[in-house]
Amino acid sequence: MNDVLTSEEKAILADIQQYLSESKRDRSRLIPVLQYIQARLAYIPYQSIALVAAHFNLAPAEVYGVASFYNQFRFNPPGKYPVKVCLGTACHVKGADIILENFERKLEIKEGETTPDREFSIERVACVGCCALAPVALLGESVHGNMAPSKVEGIFTRIQVEKEMEARQKSEK
Amino acid sequence: MPTITVNGQSIEAQSGMSLLQACLEKGIFIPNLCYLKAMTEPPASCRLCFVEIEGQPDPVAACTITVADGLVVSTDTSAVRQLQRTALQLLLSVHDIDCKNCPANKQCALQDLAKFLKVPLKNKPTETYLREPAIDETHPHLTYYPNRCILCGKCIYVCQTRHGQSSLSFAKRGFDTVISFYGALEIDQQACDDCQQCAQVCPVGALVMKSG
Repeated sequence: MNDVLTSEEKAILADIQQYLSESKRDRSRLIPVLQYIQARLAYIPYQSIALVAAHFNLAPAEVYGVASFYNQFRFNPPGKYPVKVCLGTACHVKGADIILENFERKLEIKEGETTPDREFSIERVACVGCCALAPVALLGESVHGNMAPSKVEGIFTRIQVEKEMEARQKSEK
Repeated sequence: MPTITVNGQSIEAQSGMSLLQACLEKGIFIPNLCYLKAMTEPPASCRLCFVEIEGQPDPVAACTITVADGLVVSTDTSAVRQLQRTALQLLLSVHDIDCKNCPANKQCALQDLAKFLKVPLKNKPTETYLREPAIDETHPHLTYYPNRCILCGKCIYVCQTRHGQSSLSFAKRGFDTVISFYGALEIDQQACDDCQQCAQVCPVGALVMKSG
C-alpha cells in the first residue's frame, strides 16, 4: 500500500470529495464512483477508499472487497515506465512466466506493484497482438519481442542511458 | 408444525426453519461449514449440506430449504456422499494440512468432517494450491492464516451482525480470495478486544486473537 500522495493527487482527492457530495448514496453507484476515481488518479489510493466508504456508509473493507474483485481496479500508482509482460497463450508457451519473474526480481516488486520511487510498475497483460514475437514485454509504449531473461537487464541499462543523456542535454542548454 | 420424514424417521419441525437446522436439532448430522443458526439467508457456499428430497432430481443444499409438511428426505445416499467428499477434497486442496502445529487441532471442523466422510486428511487426489503470504498480521488484534481459511464467511457474518458494519470482508477473487481487514488500523481497539466473536466462530483456526 503506497500511502504517500503527491500534492497533485491531494488536489484531485479534494475534487473527488466534491464529486461524491453531489452523487447519490445508493449502493449501486459504488462501482461507477470507483471507476471515476481510477479515471482521475489512475489508481485507487487508500485515502479514497475511506472517502467512498464514508459516503456510502460501508466499511472500508467492504469497498476494498468489491474493488479487489475486479481486474479493472489497481491499488498502486502506475510507474513512469509501466512494464507489461504478456502472458497470452503464445507467450505463456514460450515461458512468459520466467520473464515476469525476472522483472519482479530485478525491480524487487511483485506483479501489480510499483517501485517506491514510482519509476516502474509491473503488470501482466493477456495478448499484445504480436504473438509471432513471443514472449513479449512492453515498457511504456515500446514493444520488446523475443524476450529472454538476459534481455531484462539490457532494457533497464538502456533506460538509464537515455535518462543520463536527457540530463546532459538539459544541462547543456 | 410441519412433519417431515428423514431417512425413514418421522420428525416434527418448527415452521419456517431450515431443513438443515431441523435435522441437526433432532440429532441427524448433516455436514456443514458455512451455516449459522441465526442466518435468515444462508450463503450456501460450502456445498456440504446436500440431501436428497423425494421428487427432486438432484441433491439440494439443506440450508436453503425451508421445512414443509410431507418432505421426504434422505441424508446419506451415495450421490450425496459423493458430492460431500468431493467438496471436502477441494477444500483440503487449498488447505495447509499441518494439524500438529494448528491451534484448532482436535476441535477443527475439517478434521471432524474428514472423519465423518472417511476422507483422508491429505491433499490427494487433487493438486495443492497454497496462498502467499501464509500469515496476515495487518489487523491490530487478529492474525489471519489464509491457508487454513475455508472462506466460510462466518466471521464476516458475526462481525456484520454485531457491529452493523463488518471490518472483515472477502477480497480478491478465485483461488486468491482472502479475508481482508482493509482499513483495520482505524478500528476501535476496545470494540475488537471485547468482541473476539470472529475468532471464536472460525471453524478452522484461521483467525486467531493476538495474545497480549
